[in-house]
Amino acid sequence: MTGGGVKVWVLHLTLIAALFAAQFLLSPYHATNLARIMVLAVFAMGYNLAFGYTGLLSLGHALLLAAGMYAAGLPAQLWGWTAGPAFIAGIAGGGLVAAALGLLALRTAGVSFMIVTLMFAQAGFLTLLYFAPITGGDDGFAVAAASRTLMGFDLSTDTPRFLAALTIFAIGLCASLALVRSPFGRTMVAMRENEERSRMLGMNPFTVKLAALTISGLYAGAAGAAYAILFGYVGASFATIQYSILPMLYVLLGGAGTTLGPFLGALLMFALIEAATGITTAHQFIVGAALVVLVLFAPKGILGTIRERWARWLS
Amino acid sequence: MTNTLLHPTRRGLLMAGGAGLLTAALPGYVAAQAAPIKIGFQLHRTGIGAAYGRWYERTAQAALKAINDAGGIAGRPVEILFEDDATDPKRGSEVVDKLTQSDGCDLVMGTLFSHVVMGSAPRAGELKVPYLVCSEGYHVASGALNRWTLQPGITDVRAQISTMAPWVSQNLGKKVTMVFPDYAFGHDHRDFFTAAIQAQGGEVIAQIAVPPTETSFTRYFPQIPAETEVIYHVMVGPAVLTFVKELGEFYGTGAKPALFGFIDSLEAVDTATPGLEFLEGSHFWEAHPRVKATDAGEHEAAYRAAVGVDDNGASVSDAADVSTYSHMFSTWETLYFIKQAMEASGYTGPADRQKLVEAMEAITDLPYGIERPQGAKRFNGKTHQVFGSQHISQVQGGKLVKVHTTTIDEGLYEDAVDYTTMSF
Repeated sequence: MTGGGVKVWVLHLTLIAALFAAQFLLSPYHATNLARIMVLAVFAMGYNLAFGYTGLLSLGHALLLAAGMYAAGLPAQLWGWTAGPAFIAGIAGGGLVAAALGLLALRTAGVSFMIVTLMFAQAGFLTLLYFAPITGGDDGFAVAAASRTLMGFDLSTDTPRFLAALTIFAIGLCASLALVRSPFGRTMVAMRENEERSRMLGMNPFTVKLAALTISGLYAGAAGAAYAILFGYVGASFATIQYSILPMLYVLLGGAGTTLGPFLGALLMFALIEAATGITTAHQFIVGAALVVLVLFAPKGILGTIRERWARWLS
Repeated sequence: MTNTLLHPTRRGLLMAGGAGLLTAALPGYVAAQAAPIKIGFQLHRTGIGAAYGRWYERTAQAALKAINDAGGIAGRPVEILFEDDATDPKRGSEVVDKLTQSDGCDLVMGTLFSHVVMGSAPRAGELKVPYLVCSEGYHVASGALNRWTLQPGITDVRAQISTMAPWVSQNLGKKVTMVFPDYAFGHDHRDFFTAAIQAQGGEVIAQIAVPPTETSFTRYFPQIPAETEVIYHVMVGPAVLTFVKELGEFYGTGAKPALFGFIDSLEAVDTATPGLEFLEGSHFWEAHPRVKATDAGEHEAAYRAAVGVDDNGASVSDAADVSTYSHMFSTWETLYFIKQAMEASGYTGPADRQKLVEAMEAITDLPYGIERPQGAKRFNGKTHQVFGSQHISQVQGGKLVKVHTTTIDEGLYEDAVDYTTMSF
């Protein structure tokens, strides 16, 4: 491992340790919010693998989040599955839907890819509404307490929920770092930088992009399932366009193509909304203005800018 | 003679110490008595529910002022902390958290949209904080939620729809075609009305579900059977004006079925808006007649004045700012319900939350008064749902004129849940 490699792993493990310690330092309110942020960051990490590293600008990731959420929530609702099997089903659901989406949408690229993914996500949202007797439609449903237990731990209580969110986040973060530093990770970046040149070098862009999108779907599925189990609600609103835009904003804010960017973006966006609501009723204006400033002055996001100027060893 | 100041007796010392302790405790006691009761209000300030949210806030502020002017709750002043949930279930859950854990509210109330209620209620249950919704949804009475979630200020959609069927079948016709949005709100209407009209010897002869993304409706109208006597429509959202206009163009000046709708379609919309002429003569369900009825109760004028609404249901400061009159009273009535339950339970702080819910569950009759300007109600502690009368109004000269009022009993149905048997 190179010096940069050691530094980057130390940085990531330090973050995980700091998050573990945070539960003892924060109030229950802020600790619960941090658990939410970690789940959202997992979603954004998946988006980052597709967009930040592979260059796939998707507007349909809400479909993958919802796939994980319903794949976990419906078995819990219909057949009383407990948290463990429901979570695995959620990850699989996100991955399978992403693979199916990729098989069709990756025939396109660029703006067409954005539109096709957006259309599939919208179709997914309407499907959830259409099958309302099963899915609960736009109202959704609350996940029963019995399905929110894992090995005897009640995931609706503060400490087990926080630790579950941290575990999912830590595994996601380490896997993400290992992936982008692996040969396949370099191949993903090659797709983003110059697809034609990588094809000339013997790579199969379709296969690589399909694999990247599927992995991204596994992350989105894990986040959707985690939200259902840890916070007890499954609803079609998570399949709306808003939830395709959110991970993009997190990634752009934190830094696309940086492994820690999604977490930083989710954390700052959450904090920004919290702070803005305390100042004005027009809090969405403040959030919008902050994003405009960011795009104008730090288009590579916070960590992207730091990496460019001061810390080139960041992954 | 002994100087007791220099040589105090043991009794003197004990008395002085006791007095000191009492004095030290007094400011705390006084402060506790004077500390305001903090009510968190989950408000749809932005998002799809913003028009409702604006009026929910105004109505709640008016009720708050009335309650505080009359001495507050058990002598304590009351505060409301409004927090925007963007009409989003995820944010809704976070808002319940913030109001309860960060702002220290005694309870949370005010949510209208069903999906926000569904998304927030689990968190309220986890935090063990009373969560009083103003939503109309059947989700509370169906048993889908938890012991901490109650709906004491507005009747639910099942009761509302069921009570309309007898009047529709007796006055408008028995062969009904339903046009409804193809999601939960529309499905509730489809299911409850179809069953209710059958019970009256009527029949729904066609159910036309319109996808929520639709912006033009002309292609659906040929599906309306020719023998239709009543069109039951519950389209909502910005497209409703297009829906009415296109329906008018479809029938032209020829014979047309009677129209019956729910005012949810036109809340915050002036019925005299150009393009809505086709609604002239049609009927609407209203929970609380927007245009002051000639036989309105004695507290109607005071309620309108307090909220700032004129006799046409618009803001007294802007006649174009039409209220969400058939829903917003629920925040007023919910605040008075909270007052009643807190005073009955001797509520002193968050430690008494369970006692507070039990006191709410024990409430049954809620008579008409300034506390309930919409009308008398009956609360079912087992299902956590309130029942009340409904109204039917007709559009006459562009205005809604009340023509019928149901009884509370007409809206009752069998219990689907007994929350009182659930643990806290």
